[in-house]
Amino acid sequence: MTPGRAQLGTVGRLHHISLPALAAASLVLVTAALALVFFVAPNDQFLGFSQRIFYFHVSIAFTAYLSFGLGAWKALLHLWKRDPNADLESYVAIHQGVIFGVLVLVTGSIWAKYSWGHWWLWSENQLVLFLVLFLFYAAYFMLRFSVDDGPQRANLCAVYALFGVVLIPVSFLAIRLAQNFIHPIVFTRHGANFGGWMLVTYFVTQAAVLMLAYTLYRVELAGKRLDARLRRLRESYA
Amino acid sequence: MSYLADVRALARKDLLLELRARDTLPAMLLFVVAVFVVFHFSLPARSSDVAAGGLLWVAIIFTALLGLGRAFVPEREQRVLDALVLAPCDRSAIWLAKALATLTFLVLAELVAVPVFALFFHGLSAAAIVAIVLADLGICAVGTFLGAMAVATRARDLLLPLLFLPLAIPIVIGGVGASVVSSPGRYLGFLGLYDLMFALVCWASFEYVVTE
Repeated sequence: MTPGRAQLGTVGRLHHISLPALAAASLVLVTAALALVFFVAPNDQFLGFSQRIFYFHVSIAFTAYLSFGLGAWKALLHLWKRDPNADLESYVAIHQGVIFGVLVLVTGSIWAKYSWGHWWLWSENQLVLFLVLFLFYAAYFMLRFSVDDGPQRANLCAVYALFGVVLIPVSFLAIRLAQNFIHPIVFTRHGANFGGWMLVTYFVTQAAVLMLAYTLYRVELAGKRLDARLRRLRESYA
Repeated sequence: MSYLADVRALARKDLLLELRARDTLPAMLLFVVAVFVVFHFSLPARSSDVAAGGLLWVAIIFTALLGLGRAFVPEREQRVLDALVLAPCDRSAIWLAKALATLTFLVLAELVAVPVFALFFHGLSAAAIVAIVLADLGICAVGTFLGAMAVATRARDLLLPLLFLPLAIPIVIGGVGASVVSSPGRYLGFLGLYDLMFALVCWASFEYVVTE
């Protein structure tokens, strides 16, 4: 284990859990979450059945932020500790973040349609922020795929990933500020009393999405490492 | 202060190069005026002045992009960057000098562009002028940094706008906000914060862009 990873504590220990165990845990949690969302959680007083997408939407959004954060953290480890695995891990985390970011846009769009009748609302700060982040991180892939594999690519990608963690709060603030002159009318979300089964459902869904994301992250990482090893083997025998 | 001397020498090189070759600033000037004419015809007769004020920011961003795209071209064509990295100076000085040179071009372009905008559309408030200056700082700090990244890739000119525009969105929000609301303090403060945060990140991490 590299020193950088040892510092991570709990996340460091997560690395020892085997993939089948993670997959099984994801399966159980996702099943539980689906059951809770569709059969146990009460209907929202104002938004009715469609409000249930909220559980997925918010959980996925939180997971996407965590993925971007993990990507930036790994990027920092690459630049700071020269951790040899960090570049690939940073890339996989950001890749994951983009996939979940797209899901945030899709679920948010569906939610907006059923709640307010429009597929896209510029007054929904979360959606607009994710659109900006999607554009930003999509450019990350353009950057990554137009540089040859090697230390320079790792450096460029790491620096760009670090820009991301500065951009997230700055954009968040900017989009909040933009509300004042772009959209004076703000849709108020009916503050339904959010408690009991709703809270339980939310936490289980959040745990399920996080577990699923982590499992996918590990699967992709394993696949990418296998690819790299295969390439090295092929080169050494050629 | 050898750091400042390095920055001055490097920035002087860029300005001298522009003075002799004149290939960036005239292009930026021509571009921004042409863009204003395009804007005039893309705004229907009864659209408000506010719309034109917003488009000014589009013009600034794209004009800056034109200059930023050229910023590292001499370094690339003459392979100067390798020599600069070998030179015994702090690598962040390369970024700072280039950002200052680009800032000079952008400000010079705006010295023409803003009066032309006033002539074609409407005059600008003092807050809008301050916002333009603050935005220029952020645009040049971030844009130069990304320009250095883009020249290291195969895609080069194609990549810079893709990298830059998502990062320019907060600048546009701050700039347009400062130009249209009656109390622009918050927006100017936001632009200042943007400049400070990104300048620090760029300054601290430029070394990794030019070295392996």
